[in-house]
Amino acid sequence: MAVLVFAEHDNRSLKKATLSTIAAAQKLGGEIHLLVAGHGCAEAAKAAAQVAGVAKVLHADAPQLDDEIAENVAALIVSIAPGYTHLLAPATSNGKNVMPRAAALLDSQQISEIIAVQAPDTFVRPIYAGNALATVKSADAIKVITVRATGFDAVAATGGAAPVESLAAPADAGLSRFVGREVAKSERPELTSARVVVSGGRGMGSGENFRLLEPLADKLNAAMGASRAAVDAGFVPNDWQVGQTGKIVAPELYVAIGISGAIQHLAGMKDSRVIVAINKDEEAPIFQVADYGIVGDLFKVVPELVEELKK
Amino acid sequence: MKVLVPVKRVVDYNVKVRVKADGTGVETANVKMSMNPFDEIALEEAIRLREAGVATEVVAVSCGVPACQETLRTALAIGADRAILVASDAELQPLAVAKLLKAVCAKENPQLVILGKQAIDDDANQTGQMLAALLGWAQATFASKVQVAEGRAQVTREVDGGLDTISVKLPAVITTDLRLNEPRYVTLPNIMKAKKKPLETLQPDALGVDVAPRLKTLKVTEPPKRQAGVKVPDARTLVEKLRNEAKVI
Repeated sequence: MAVLVFAEHDNRSLKKATLSTIAAAQKLGGEIHLLVAGHGCAEAAKAAAQVAGVAKVLHADAPQLDDEIAENVAALIVSIAPGYTHLLAPATSNGKNVMPRAAALLDSQQISEIIAVQAPDTFVRPIYAGNALATVKSADAIKVITVRATGFDAVAATGGAAPVESLAAPADAGLSRFVGREVAKSERPELTSARVVVSGGRGMGSGENFRLLEPLADKLNAAMGASRAAVDAGFVPNDWQVGQTGKIVAPELYVAIGISGAIQHLAGMKDSRVIVAINKDEEAPIFQVADYGIVGDLFKVVPELVEELKK
Repeated sequence: MKVLVPVKRVVDYNVKVRVKADGTGVETANVKMSMNPFDEIALEEAIRLREAGVATEVVAVSCGVPACQETLRTALAIGADRAILVASDAELQPLAVAKLLKAVCAKENPQLVILGKQAIDDDANQTGQMLAALLGWAQATFASKVQVAEGRAQVTREVDGGLDTISVKLPAVITTDLRLNEPRYVTLPNIMKAKKKPLETLQPDALGVDVAPRLKTLKVTEPPKRQAGVKVPDARTLVEKLRNEAKVI
């Protein structure tokens, strides 16, 4: 039995979600191989070789593998899949894009966003926006799985010494070409891996007002997030969105400000260790999941909070 | 150009679902059902393409129990030209749906299939990608902008770090993200007209597709409940609690 983990990387280093996916792979037992695919990603392959618990790194470097083009990356995964019992990827936008394509080509019913491994063929995954947990058993010969990173503690990024093997990529399928990328710039910690997240909702009133949260986020070294309402209102970019259809986070501390707490939002943050809610509506559903709540006007409470944190 | 739009009947997104006491699933009897919100966006996009003169016909498809006809009638009322029900009482998992849709594509020959990025019941986010794979077509997932011209679709995609734009060769499969468009409301006259639009029913057997579920659900449980928290009077108390009680700052 061997497990292939599809690595998420930025050409130089591995994303933390990859380390959590390796943790899930370790629960399956068997040898773990890490696939680093892309173009100009030799550094990432080197970093991959150092990850604890990895037996081998497969490094596929070719122009047609650049920019997460699903057709080519899925073909690569399928070409090496027969050597494995499990194919795992983090449930990032890249993993979600590529893995189902590979699964269908292998005639395997993918298991999405697992949060626990019960046996090599049995997994737990949330359904209905996290309002229920399903335990599912797969009879497929090759199990294709995406892993919700917040469900598993990341393995150590160092301590390993795996050999790196070069892999030839299948030819370009010629179906799709990359046009461009608009990267949202941020000097803050990445939302999905931050220890503290400060999120604003419709109650912020405007994009300008989100500035009010910056000193608080600075003080806590937090990533900034938002509810769908705030994103749809155009206050902040959509990659800030936390929820069923946005990002899933589970930080040590989640501060929800001006967020009512619709089930779709809760699906993205209810596994946070400590939840703080600041809302002027004391009936807001967010208070049902918050460990600490303040009923009050956020425009008054947030500056006070920053002052208190300075003390 | 013909556009195919698969739509799914799901528990309405406003319903707080309840897990059945015997752990076999969630309660769906006497619960309000609706069209999956992402599919409404897919349908809206297809109709806009027709209104822009890019598409000539929009065909809505649903796979599942007879009650899916209601979802298809809604699709017709929103503006689909005709509808196809692939009738099955079996539990249909994404791979089976992708295979059924492939068979429907073989009959219908669409140039574009637009699906929602995920259904809000199983939260799988697979069917579009699987369909593209089985057809050997290009895929453009999580679309927030679509432009079709000269045998290609230029699609802006919502990815983790921002937005990617790709250009895919037609025929292709597109899956919709939330911000692609705002679906229109159904009007009463259109609901009346939708009753006269054609709705064809197909059987999985006739399509030559085995729909047996691959994943067996052993049990469905409630997620662990969070402990009820406390309300604090002011910022000072909150910071004090976070420092000394929760020890997170």
